[in-house]
Amino acid sequence: MKKKSFFADRTTRRDFMTYAIVIICFIALSLLASNKVLGRAQIGLLVPVCCWIVAALGLNLCVGVLGELSLGHAGFMSVGCFTGITVSEAVSNAIPDPTLRLIMAVIIGAVFAGIVGFLVGIPVLRLKGDYLAIVTLAFGEIIKDIVNCLIIGVDEKGLHIIFNASGTKSASDLGLAEGGKTIIQGAQGAVGTTTISTFLGGFVLVMIALIIVLNFVKSRSGRAVMAIRDNRIAAEASGVNVTRYKMIAFTLSAAIAGAAGVLYGLNFSSIVATKFNFNTSILILVYVVLGGLGKMQGTLIAATVLYVLPELLRAFSDYRMLVYAIVLIIVMITTNNQQMKNLFLKIIPKRKNKEVQ
Amino acid sequence: MKRTSKIFAVLMSALMVVFAFAGAASAEEASGTFKIGGIGPLTGGAAIYGTAAMNGAQIAVDEINALGGAVQFEFKAEDDVHDAETSVNAYYNLMDWGMQFLVGTVTTTPCIAVSAETNKDRVFTLTPSASSPAVLEDKNNTFQVCFTDPNQGIASADYIAENMADAKIAVIYKNDDAYSQGIRETFIAEAAAKGLEVVYEGTFTEDTATDFSVQLTAAQAAGATFVFLPMYYQPASIIFAQAAAMNYAPTWFGVDGMDGILTMEGFDTKLAEGVMLLTPFSADATDERTVNFVKTYTEKHGDIPNQFAADGYDAVYIIYAAIQAAGVTADMSFEELCEAVIAVMPTIAVDGLTGAGMTWAATGEVSKAPMAVVIKDGAYVTP
Amino acid sequence: MVFLSYLISGLSLGSVYAIIALGYTMVYGIAKMLNFAHGDVIMVGGYVSFLTMNSLGLPSWLAVILAVVVCTVLGIVIEGLAYKPLRSASSLAVLITAIGVSYFLQNAAQLLFGANPVVYIPVISGTISLFDGQLNISVVSVVTIAVCIVIMICLSAFISKSKMGKAMRACSEDKSAARLMGINVNKTISVTFAIGSALAAIAGVLLCSSYPTLMPTTGSMPGIKAFTAAVFGGIGSVPGAFIGGLLLGIIESMAKAYVSTNLANSIVFAVLIIVLLVRPVGILGKKVREKV
Repeated sequence: MKKKSFFADRTTRRDFMTYAIVIICFIALSLLASNKVLGRAQIGLLVPVCCWIVAALGLNLCVGVLGELSLGHAGFMSVGCFTGITVSEAVSNAIPDPTLRLIMAVIIGAVFAGIVGFLVGIPVLRLKGDYLAIVTLAFGEIIKDIVNCLIIGVDEKGLHIIFNASGTKSASDLGLAEGGKTIIQGAQGAVGTTTISTFLGGFVLVMIALIIVLNFVKSRSGRAVMAIRDNRIAAEASGVNVTRYKMIAFTLSAAIAGAAGVLYGLNFSSIVATKFNFNTSILILVYVVLGGLGKMQGTLIAATVLYVLPELLRAFSDYRMLVYAIVLIIVMITTNNQQMKNLFLKIIPKRKNKEVQ
Repeated sequence: MKRTSKIFAVLMSALMVVFAFAGAASAEEASGTFKIGGIGPLTGGAAIYGTAAMNGAQIAVDEINALGGAVQFEFKAEDDVHDAETSVNAYYNLMDWGMQFLVGTVTTTPCIAVSAETNKDRVFTLTPSASSPAVLEDKNNTFQVCFTDPNQGIASADYIAENMADAKIAVIYKNDDAYSQGIRETFIAEAAAKGLEVVYEGTFTEDTATDFSVQLTAAQAAGATFVFLPMYYQPASIIFAQAAAMNYAPTWFGVDGMDGILTMEGFDTKLAEGVMLLTPFSADATDERTVNFVKTYTEKHGDIPNQFAADGYDAVYIIYAAIQAAGVTADMSFEELCEAVIAVMPTIAVDGLTGAGMTWAATGEVSKAPMAVVIKDGAYVTP
Repeated sequence: MVFLSYLISGLSLGSVYAIIALGYTMVYGIAKMLNFAHGDVIMVGGYVSFLTMNSLGLPSWLAVILAVVVCTVLGIVIEGLAYKPLRSASSLAVLITAIGVSYFLQNAAQLLFGANPVVYIPVISGTISLFDGQLNISVVSVVTIAVCIVIMICLSAFISKSKMGKAMRACSEDKSAARLMGINVNKTISVTFAIGSALAAIAGVLLCSSYPTLMPTTGSMPGIKAFTAAVFGGIGSVPGAFIGGLLLGIIESMAKAYVSTNLANSIVFAVLIIVLLVRPVGILGKKVREKV
């Protein structure tokens, strides 16, 4: 068999196109930012956009590739976020270099989110369809409640952790030594975090997430996962270990969301557990569905456009969320309705002909 | 496949154009008036606080401009939906607009995030109502109009210890809210120091804020004669109604978040009869400024202003006073203005709607007397 | 005695969840979609009845009727405009549209009625005092529980006996076969939405009467809880939604009373997870054989 040239493969070519475009966008935006062409408002959006892109890539792995609807991915972001903040704050004296600390926080945060994803996956993946969805929602809410009860502080003796289930404990019960500091104060969240996330860091994370996800889809495991999605029974009959591959995809998806959470948490000096509630899970899901299930390029575009949209609509002030809702409904109907699709198909070939001429 | 990547490329570049255009449109202009920006939740669940504070600030700006003096203001309010991320975005938008002073943000969690940024950039920040001490921590550019949470918790416990020392106290607070949890912590610490007896502590979260009958039954069973409610007035209104339905009538005690309960549309003020609260502002006060403010506010917005509106109003007047004391001009950069105003803040005293002779420590904390009032026949009365 | 009052508050909360869950489950059973905007229809019902009583000063029975009428129409309109074009689309597309509708209703309500929470005047008030005042039950709790039972019975009868109910069951089994049998599927789905929304209006009135406050986001949390309740009982099953709702309310109440008020919600969800692991289709859900 003749070996094909590396770029002859369509998917590979498309994947490399994607990487190239993301890199070009990054360079262009960085240049625009450093030349003051972009205002503060636009620069401020860069890191959060990266966070939501990464989170959406993670969720797309779960919803698009694995085919299981998760309504609790914000929970994994939350785990990553608060682990990352704890790590970054706890080692801030030992490792003063912010880049190194960010890398360390992202890795540990992703690992923790992955572990939680694995543990949640054990019961969740035994269920199907809407039942699975509601259980991920339940886990998301449970994680939120648990973080709300966490009080964590650090002093020279190490980390101090209290679980405030009764609602009668506070940061003073940590018994921190002189010079110690509270990192997470229950509902008051992580306050006074040193912000170390950068656009470069965000870009690197987007690239890593893209490379992992795109290659996972092409790998043996990825094909197995998609086989399960398309027909579980057939896959099982062909000797695919269903549970194993489901767990791999779900854990990976959670870990990526966790990494996004770390980047997010270290970008703001105050963050509370309620930020990662059901609505945030839905927000990420909207990016994924609008971008196209299983289509990572689509996720990139949808997350960016939809994140920037409410900010661009600021001029409408009171009406902006209303406009956002209407846009969402109209886009869903136009892209999913058969008649509309036919209408589009009529228009698009015409345009193509023009290009040729 | 080729088409997908082409569409992708076109969309990505279109997006960059959007970014670039939006950026180019916001170049800084020199102007003869000071630009004040405001940030608060104007939509979403916490919108009442943000809209009130921003409306109050706007009224103050209009008044000052109508005076026709040398100092004039331009005011722009941005929405943050009570979210730290959106709040920081709103702040950047205002910076592109050319903001020189920030009145904001209204709620605590976003304020901590935004004041960290303003401190880095050196923008003078005066929050009308974000009350957590974390707002001020390690930042010399941020000042508060309202009391800090510890201040309120301690003042409440002290007041109770002085007036009802043998009360059996129950505390119900919101566990996923920084404001509620913050006050509760200092209250409990101070109550223990003063030897007050706390017999029950119950919590709720955003998700369980519909039904309080369990907490109330437990408080009643524990023999509580006094219930401390460090929370906003909306859940408190449910608590009063449910307690009345189960014939439980302890003495209620609230903090400044309770202000506004009497003006809730449809609220039966009989339910709040005898409720005690700490508040810096009362819309029923008879001094001329309050009367005028309430009149203007009601004419413009159709409802009676709450404490947040008064805080926003005062914030603008405080900046006005500080500008005059520092003798600065509008053509100075925000950094220069910030340093100049920070220097004079500890030296000025301002009479506002929320307190007479307000002064500030260099840390940013305000000093004014909390006022304990009792609700009688649907109005605040000083006991 | 204290236990009894916890139980009653749990039952009352559970009844509200159950009524909302009935609407959820009916729509799911027939249209096979999760209507996330259902919770917001509750809020609309609350506002309509509030405005009728407060601004127009009309009696409360009229307010309830008006709320039901407005919500029914709203349900039909939402279904026709937003969901009908997506009849053949993937269920996820419909889910996202439903979320869009939910955002729309919340933000429209904020523009129309303002963001300020208002206090709802209960349509029924009063307290029943038992055992020399040791046990106090509010009348509205009793009414809520009673209304819930009545609705459940009527709905079950309607679905099993009436012609429309039979059409609904046929649609839920197999839409194309139902169409071949001469059933107007679109009309059946519209009627389902109408009934679901009417139930949401009643739930709105009862929810606001028991926990008398109302703001544009009032419906969203009870909506999610009721969705949980519907799945708990086996989504698509009418008695299942009823039992699921009641159990959810009681568990929430007991968890608050005896375990931790902080973690009440988590405990509810933990029980749900355990139940689903033991019975993957909920308490009364139908097991569907997998066809190869």
